[in-house]
Amino acid sequence: MPTKTRMSGNEAVAHAIKQINPDVMPAFPITPSTEIPQFVASMIANGEIDTEFIPVESEHSAMSAAIGASAAGARAVTATSSCGMALMWEVLYVAASSRLPIVMALVNRGLTGPLNINAEHSDSMGARDSGWIQIYAENNQEVYDNFLQAHRIAEHKDVHLPVMICQDGFITSHAVENITLWDDEPVRKFVGEYRPEHYLLKEDESMAVGPYALSPYCMEAKKAQAEAMKRARKVILDVASEFEKLTGRRYGFFEEYRLEDAEYAVVAIGSVCGTAKDAVDALREKGVKAGLLKIRVFRPFPAEEIGAALKHCRGIAIMDRAESYSAQGGPLGAEVTAALYRAQAVSKTVNIVYGLSGRDVRVEDMENVYESLEKLANGETEFPEYFYLGLRE
Amino acid sequence: MRHLTEIRWHGRGGQGAKTAALLLADVAFKVGKQVQGFPEYGPERMGAPITAYDRISDSPIRVHSNIYNPDFVAVVDDTLLHTVDVTAGLKEDGAILINTVKTPEEILPLLNGYGGRVYLLDARKVCMATLGQYFPNTPMLAAMVKISQVMETDVFLKEMETSLQHKFERKPEVLEGNLKALRLALEEVKECR
Repeated sequence: MPTKTRMSGNEAVAHAIKQINPDVMPAFPITPSTEIPQFVASMIANGEIDTEFIPVESEHSAMSAAIGASAAGARAVTATSSCGMALMWEVLYVAASSRLPIVMALVNRGLTGPLNINAEHSDSMGARDSGWIQIYAENNQEVYDNFLQAHRIAEHKDVHLPVMICQDGFITSHAVENITLWDDEPVRKFVGEYRPEHYLLKEDESMAVGPYALSPYCMEAKKAQAEAMKRARKVILDVASEFEKLTGRRYGFFEEYRLEDAEYAVVAIGSVCGTAKDAVDALREKGVKAGLLKIRVFRPFPAEEIGAALKHCRGIAIMDRAESYSAQGGPLGAEVTAALYRAQAVSKTVNIVYGLSGRDVRVEDMENVYESLEKLANGETEFPEYFYLGLRE
Repeated sequence: MRHLTEIRWHGRGGQGAKTAALLLADVAFKVGKQVQGFPEYGPERMGAPITAYDRISDSPIRVHSNIYNPDFVAVVDDTLLHTVDVTAGLKEDGAILINTVKTPEEILPLLNGYGGRVYLLDARKVCMATLGQYFPNTPMLAAMVKISQVMETDVFLKEMETSLQHKFERKPEVLEGNLKALRLALEEVKECR
């Protein structure tokens, strides 16, 4: 019987790791993800799991150790946030290009500066081109469910890519909420044992991982990696469908909330989507046809599906919890707008930067976003530059 | 009983306001509620003002914002009344609970004209009589349950007994003191307006 309980997002990830019992976990503490290695280390100390925990001297070493373990043939996980992942930067690319199915819990926090510890997507958005699959969560239940699906996606023979499972720092990582935990046995059966085909410790097979490649080979290797990211699309959906059979909970590339007949839509990632759903319901009561598209999978980017789901909307606000300093908005804004163009949509769009460094977003803020969309679609306002939500004047 | 109850806690780092908020979410979960308990972090240091929040509902909670119009406010340290606008947005049909040794005449002028119910509790007195140490969050938790009526107080005491038994499995001598602190706080908390 599934257990109905309550815990924080960090506890939920730690519980998933406990159920998976990975071979190796190298980690270095950083707020707000510190609790994850802390909880896992306690589980190991209590004899609940036999994961090899490697206390390392930096995040660069954490990812390097995960790469070594994964290349050797072990199932490796780690956890980090913000500047911690920034220090992994070089080796993030090594993990992905070496096609190592490492799973990382990323508790999203803004990159400095000004120095702060709160929720922002600048860490993972900065790593969007590193070759990692990225899956985001609205709440503790989703981050738990996503983590349980991660190894299946990463280790699939058609994929072999690392996966980061993201959640919003403090907003979900430190909030205690209701959650349903799935039983150990079915979870272990679902996740399965990791049996890689090629690995360094395989006695009868010599191989090199991450060797130097001259230009006659480099481009082909990168293309092969890009093809794996394309194949991940089907695997992500297949794993989600199997997960639904196990738990009854449905996941896809994104969630459509009252979007089918929506005239005005918001596209967003993470915990703000719960707040947006309350705004959608309040506006629907007033007769406003509001809807939400909540991105779950950002890498690979489901452009075609997003275009098809949104193109009927009159006005669309694409919300970024990251500034990309491109002088024209955030990364989600750029990619969703491109998807709409390819879908030949005629919707009016606006890109909004919100929630930087944990700036709070209320239901009323989201209602205002929908109201501004109505004005935009009706031609009452000029085509706006991207703007900041809730900025103090 | 309200459909959704929103509670805001004000304290100083190290006094357990965050723990009180999480304990309240925990015990509310145990009586079948949908809950959300979360801290708002500023600078992480002992003595700095901190805020924590609870949402307790009969239906799933989706919103992920701070609470601006709470039904109830708890102030774990009365020195905050001089520096933090603790009654900001507090509903007039709600209430504020303050841990203080001061008199109502001293406290009421510090509430920025708040016109709702005001409850005072000397948590230090309760702690010293029952625990011998000052942990203000334990009595404040009990008083908040009583004031907010998020559950019956006897159900609350029963649930707390079970969870404290588990928590203090190896320190049974601490259990009785904590239960006494909860019971005494329920008696000691006084409505002063």
